[in-house]
Amino acid sequence: MTKEVHQISRRNNPYKEDKVSEACGLFGMMSTKGRVFDGTAAIKAIMNMHDRGNGLGGGFAAYGIYPEFREYYALHIMFMSKEAKRKAEEYLPEHFKIIASEEIPHDDKHSPPDPPELWRYFVSAPREVLHQELKEQDNYVVKKVMEINTDISDAFVFSSGKNMGVFKGLGYPEEIGRFFRLNRYKGYIWVVHSRYPTNTQGWWGGAHPFSILDWTVVHNGELSSYGVNRRYLEMYGYHCTMETDSEAMAYAADLLMRKHGLPVEVMANIMAPPFWEHIDRMDQKKRNFHKYLRMTYGSLLMNGPFTIILSHTGEMIGLTDRIRLRPITAATKDDVVYLASEEAAIRVVEPNLDRAWIPMGGEPVVGKLTPQAMQMHEVSGHDDLRNRKRRDDGP
Amino acid sequence: MKDHTEAHKKAHRARPPPMKSYIPPEFVIEIDDARCIRCEVCVRQCSYDARYYEPATDRIMTRDQNCTNCNRCVVFCPTQATRIRYNPMSYRNNSNWRPENIKTVLRQAETGGVLLTGMGCDRDYRIYWDHLVLNASQVTNPSIDPLREPMELRTYIGRKPDIGEIDLKSGETGLEYPNLQLEMPVMFSAMSYGSVSLNVHKALAMAAKEVGTFWNTGEGGLHQDLYDYGPCTIVQCASGRFGVHSEYLNVGAAVEIKIGQGAKPGIGGHLPGEKVTKDVSETRMIPEGTDAISPAPHHDIYSIEDLAQLIHALKETTDWKKPIGVKIAAVHNSAAIASGIIRAGADYVALDGLRGGTGAAPKIIRDNVGIPIELAIASVDHRLREEGIRNRGSIIAAGGIRNSADVLKAIALGADAVYIATSALVAMGCQVCQRCHTGKCPWGITTTDPWLTKRLNPQIGQERLVNLLRGWNLELKEMLGGMGINSIESIRGNRHHLRGIGLSNEELRILGIKHAGDY
Repeated sequence: MTKEVHQISRRNNPYKEDKVSEACGLFGMMSTKGRVFDGTAAIKAIMNMHDRGNGLGGGFAAYGIYPEFREYYALHIMFMSKEAKRKAEEYLPEHFKIIASEEIPHDDKHSPPDPPELWRYFVSAPREVLHQELKEQDNYVVKKVMEINTDISDAFVFSSGKNMGVFKGLGYPEEIGRFFRLNRYKGYIWVVHSRYPTNTQGWWGGAHPFSILDWTVVHNGELSSYGVNRRYLEMYGYHCTMETDSEAMAYAADLLMRKHGLPVEVMANIMAPPFWEHIDRMDQKKRNFHKYLRMTYGSLLMNGPFTIILSHTGEMIGLTDRIRLRPITAATKDDVVYLASEEAAIRVVEPNLDRAWIPMGGEPVVGKLTPQAMQMHEVSGHDDLRNRKRRDDGP
Repeated sequence: MKDHTEAHKKAHRARPPPMKSYIPPEFVIEIDDARCIRCEVCVRQCSYDARYYEPATDRIMTRDQNCTNCNRCVVFCPTQATRIRYNPMSYRNNSNWRPENIKTVLRQAETGGVLLTGMGCDRDYRIYWDHLVLNASQVTNPSIDPLREPMELRTYIGRKPDIGEIDLKSGETGLEYPNLQLEMPVMFSAMSYGSVSLNVHKALAMAAKEVGTFWNTGEGGLHQDLYDYGPCTIVQCASGRFGVHSEYLNVGAAVEIKIGQGAKPGIGGHLPGEKVTKDVSETRMIPEGTDAISPAPHHDIYSIEDLAQLIHALKETTDWKKPIGVKIAAVHNSAAIASGIIRAGADYVALDGLRGGTGAAPKIIRDNVGIPIELAIASVDHRLREEGIRNRGSIIAAGGIRNSADVLKAIALGADAVYIATSALVAMGCQVCQRCHTGKCPWGITTTDPWLTKRLNPQIGQERLVNLLRGWNLELKEMLGGMGINSIESIRGNRHHLRGIGLSNEELRILGIKHAGDY
């Protein structure tokens, strides 16, 4: 490990853990028609899976919650010291145009112990970056977020997307939900995570979801392949500062889908590929395709048990590892897609489901906004997403 | 038969030394007279002439000074009547003038030359494999049972794209670089025809084909009889260019440019003329009986840009259809060299460590030049990743891999696959007596003497090699499954699954691992 990486991890991984392993509960719901609803149902569902967590981390991601600021990056930052806040507030105006800033509203009466200072800043890239393509702007923001997280000690950007936000902390998710008053936000995707870390004291930044730009990951599992996934991502400029599997997942998704422009099905084939013994029996075209993926992206095979719910603007995706060592149940009711560790958590919020099923290992379940709904929630000029839609129109 | 034996003995009887040797015999041959049935098996088996039958006394007599402790007689004695011991006669205790040092001076005083030896470095430099331990799953993630679930060892050697190019409409994929497909990440390392017998090459080729891996010709060309095995053969192109021609380059699955060898970094290969028989001479394209001494450097490669040209030339020759690799000895600045090699367009770099074997090398070089392979893998893998070019080429580790745990540790440190040679020879009978350079291998391995080479039946050699790899294959799967991993690519460079024992901070830093007990 390089000195540099050591330094990064010292700053952002205060307990100096090699790798955080954990088990968890997760839940996600999405209206494909883009109807917005508050966080009450998500809180109720995760409460039903209380025993899947141990109070050492809970968090939410909600999409469509900042329509009035939809073209601005919403940076949620936690400060563990006054000094960090001072430094960050020097840094931010130098590198961004700040449109609005405020302390993230919360309920002190229902606060878990020792919350850090929590602020949000709605920003855009500075003028010289603004006229570049959106992808460049995104890359700029990723770089700056990485800089804050590695260079300003005690400051941590935990959400950086447009028209979405992550709310997380140390406690049971229902406590975190109440603390952040999530019943006052309305979104079309709600994802929630309850954490059961096995080898960490836990800290606010270590809770799920993990996020970069508008990508969020909640994750249940422990990647046996973490060491190689992480080292591969380092080659592409991603530094896993929190040393958790989920962070590696988030970065892998960002690399594959945003940077390399691959659709979710291909990403699923990379993270949870078919076995060679199956590939060898496919027709030549499919065989070549899977062989090519495994040769190119073998280091992003996510080995070991995992279930993830991966979301970004307009899409919520559920995926398990290729031999399904962690549970996931999918369900639908009208325009709503549900994903959860346990079916009971879905039924507690919607007893009359149209359909509920357990997906195969490595087979993604994708909830997607309809084109009309997409127009409603699309973040300004989301270039990348439009490209993907065009591709999907093909046969 | 008897006549043949006599003729052989005559031919192989050591010439009387020019002066009385002051070196005491290293080993003592013991014969239990009560068990000995005077069958003379041991006499016929010993190619060093360490035994003879004395009719006057009806006893097997010994010449202890000739014994190399190759164990051939011990294994083949039908009544277990013989054993070899270290000669108890010892020098006075001295930490500086150890017996090894005294004997080396004596030998040199008696011969006046560079002392040759065979096999890899036998000195007690730290063997890092023995200070590394692997991980296993407990509770938080399940271990995977290879008896009941698929477990994948398939490995590709060669360049991989940095970004997957996929046409989403047609499902067509982008440019694929030529790669070798290995069913397990273990290949047979380079051993040239001449240094080893044709039967050894046959056994290696047949075993590689059966297992789905590759064997390497070494620098002495490929015998015509083995051209059918081309698809599982890596052909080597070394500084002597022995046996290199267009047909040879194109018959192999990959071409390897040999720059250096772990046992003798900085010098070229050396095949004594005694081993250059008619077949060897034809394959190597040199006159019969002449020494085949490869130049120390490639005289068309004095710098990295020259290497790039040779890589390019070989790619042109093979129509850009085959991976071109470069083998170097692990030396102090291997990391930078490997980076240069990959940037020069090589599809893989093979690193041969300090303990890598040889058929003949100057003892002083074998024992003092180079670095352990474990450290070289770690630093090369790290460097290539740091430069963002790890996808551009594979790393093959060689030199001192003794078992499947060593294989897995090498891969966890960052290698894509390993080369084994000594292990393969041991599988076929080699007892690591370190006398390969004499050309008299009693096991019929490192010799071209027809009377000795027929001791190795290629079919039996193949069977033993396949058994070895099958055993390792099963063990690799058990260890991987224990870690909760079902595919080899998830352990490649995954140093989280390694811990060091009894290593200094500096060693841990270089290996990129933590100490056992640290979490």
